[in-house]
Amino acid sequence: MARADVAAERSASRATSSGSVTLSGVTRRFGDMVAVDGLDIDVADGEFLVLLGPSGCGKSTALRMIAGLDVPDEGTVAIGGVDVTDVLASDRDVAMVFQSYALYPHMTVRRNIEFPLRNRKVPRADRDSAVAEASRMLGLDDLLDRRPSQLSGGQRQRVALARAVVRQPAVFLMDEPLSNLDAKLRVQTRAELIELQRRLAVTTIYVTHDQVEAMTMGHRIAVMVAGVLQQVGPPGEVYDKPANVFVAGFIGNPPMNLLTASVPSSAVGKSDDVDPAALMVGPDRVMVPAALARAAVDATETEVVVGVRPENVRLATDEGLPVTVTLIESLGHERHLVCATADGQSVIVRVDPSVPQPHPGDPLCLAWNPEDVHLFSGADGRRLAP
Amino acid sequence: MNAEPTSASSEEPATGETALSETASTGTSTVRSRRRRNRTVARLRLAARYLVLTALAVVIFFPIYITVVNSLLQPEQIAARPPTLFPTDPDWSSYSTAWSQGHLGRYLMNSFVVTVLIVAGQVVTSVLAAYAFAFLDFPFRRTLFVFFLATMMIPFEVTFFTNQATIVSLGWYDSYLALTVPFLATGFGAFLIRQSFLALPPQLRDAAELDGAGHWRFLTRVAVPLARPGIAALALFSFFGAFNQYLWPLIVTRDERLRTVQIGLKYLRGSQIDQINVTFAGTILAALPLFVLLIVFQKQLVRGLTAGAVKG
Repeated sequence: MARADVAAERSASRATSSGSVTLSGVTRRFGDMVAVDGLDIDVADGEFLVLLGPSGCGKSTALRMIAGLDVPDEGTVAIGGVDVTDVLASDRDVAMVFQSYALYPHMTVRRNIEFPLRNRKVPRADRDSAVAEASRMLGLDDLLDRRPSQLSGGQRQRVALARAVVRQPAVFLMDEPLSNLDAKLRVQTRAELIELQRRLAVTTIYVTHDQVEAMTMGHRIAVMVAGVLQQVGPPGEVYDKPANVFVAGFIGNPPMNLLTASVPSSAVGKSDDVDPAALMVGPDRVMVPAALARAAVDATETEVVVGVRPENVRLATDEGLPVTVTLIESLGHERHLVCATADGQSVIVRVDPSVPQPHPGDPLCLAWNPEDVHLFSGADGRRLAP
Repeated sequence: MNAEPTSASSEEPATGETALSETASTGTSTVRSRRRRNRTVARLRLAARYLVLTALAVVIFFPIYITVVNSLLQPEQIAARPPTLFPTDPDWSSYSTAWSQGHLGRYLMNSFVVTVLIVAGQVVTSVLAAYAFAFLDFPFRRTLFVFFLATMMIPFEVTFFTNQATIVSLGWYDSYLALTVPFLATGFGAFLIRQSFLALPPQLRDAAELDGAGHWRFLTRVAVPLARPGIAALALFSFFGAFNQYLWPLIVTRDERLRTVQIGLKYLRGSQIDQINVTFAGTILAALPLFVLLIVFQKQLVRGLTAGAVKG
């Protein structure tokens, strides 16, 4: 599609959905490896969507396809309601911030920021005012004549952001932009990024493997693994109702305890006469709500996965799942008790350091409230209930 | 063996501590002497290295030195035995003779024109070819690049007569075209610049693409400025190569006004100014621009030589 056609179509659709992004059945293969497999995502105009997943899950490839730096083998990419699958990156009205910042090292900060405007032959006066505005917004006024090599990591990151902001694009794409910053600066810049996105209200797709960034920054999180989208939803929903075992184990620090439990063969399929204590973790019974036990036996599976978050597990005196303490990790404000069940499965308990602590080797009983239990299929890991 | 310490301890029961400290001090002195020995060995090694380097430097610089000395002597002094190594009464007139009567000025100018055209041509064609091989995706890219590299394996002498026949058939004999066109592109140049381009972070290309820079703008605004060291190295190599050409200019030109400085030097020997000191002076004059370039751009030359050694 010619540049003029895209621009015309984009401006026509701008009134309604200028910055919306839609991926439909997007697939990208590299040889035999499927990097992204049938990805379907709708990102609303002005939304902040975080693509979260471990390294190599295909999130950066997906972002590159939205940017136009890579072409999908199947499926379509639409921005602002216009199919841009075959449109050049420069004509897509998207700006990207790279993990390495990708600043032009031989140009000053000013030249870096105005480079996209020069390429688009923006008149000098407009260019100057746009650069002034972007540099003021990101606190770069005093650094305009420096070169990237004379800046700190945080400053370089702000220049990269300014170069993206100055174009006033329909969509911001960010590929792990905070991962090269030290921990303290990362927290500060994270807050600044959230503030900037809220202020500009520009659709932002943010790729990260850091779940803290995902939980704190995005309106919604899209969790990917092995090229497949696992779940899309607001951070609270993804945390409270993970769609499968992978999401459950990936979101949360320490991650959710996932215990493989067996359903007695006599109970399978007999949900009318369900025993709330039917599930067995090794030789021990584990209490789950009747509804969950029913879901488990209804699923006609002999093995399910019981999930409980470490902060929802409490130490009980007599009743509960018997375990042995194997390790105690102290983080200052909290402690993690790493315990082992009778059949060797690991359970982490988050405890307050001010209460009396057990020692490694001590036997304990663990209990939790029925409403804090998650149940997943033992066969494919999908959520069974609630 | 066990008897000795026992008898020592029985003889001097109270001096155990002293013995221990003596052992310790003996140990320290052993370490010290070993260190001293190591330091001496290191110094000797360094001295030997400098000795070899000095000998090599003498071997390399002696011919240059003797050329300078001979250019300042009279022909009969040069012929005298034993040779004069330190001119007591230097005669600088040979330089003005070589410049004015030997037309060295004209020849140098020709060499400069030819060299500048070749350098410019090689840099432009190499940068463009290197860009294609580094950043563009096209069928048979690798195969074509291997062909490009293969041209580096063919000695110029192999294509010498074919090229001359082509030049004659094109009607370019006795022209600047004959002196320059066959050298405007080189496989080595494309290789060298491609290495520089490949060393650039790939995100820069992505960023430039999103910033609306097409291939031409990325090449001129980002890739070339960042590959400047590599380009400078190529320019230097091609300058030296072009400036020192002898055989090719000899067989494609007859007109004296087109002759380059290397042929001009030979001409000095054959002309009426058959004075050996003038030839020596001409040689120094012809080599002077290269000396200056070598001194000024030493770093780039070394960098060019090592390009591709680490990353590639």
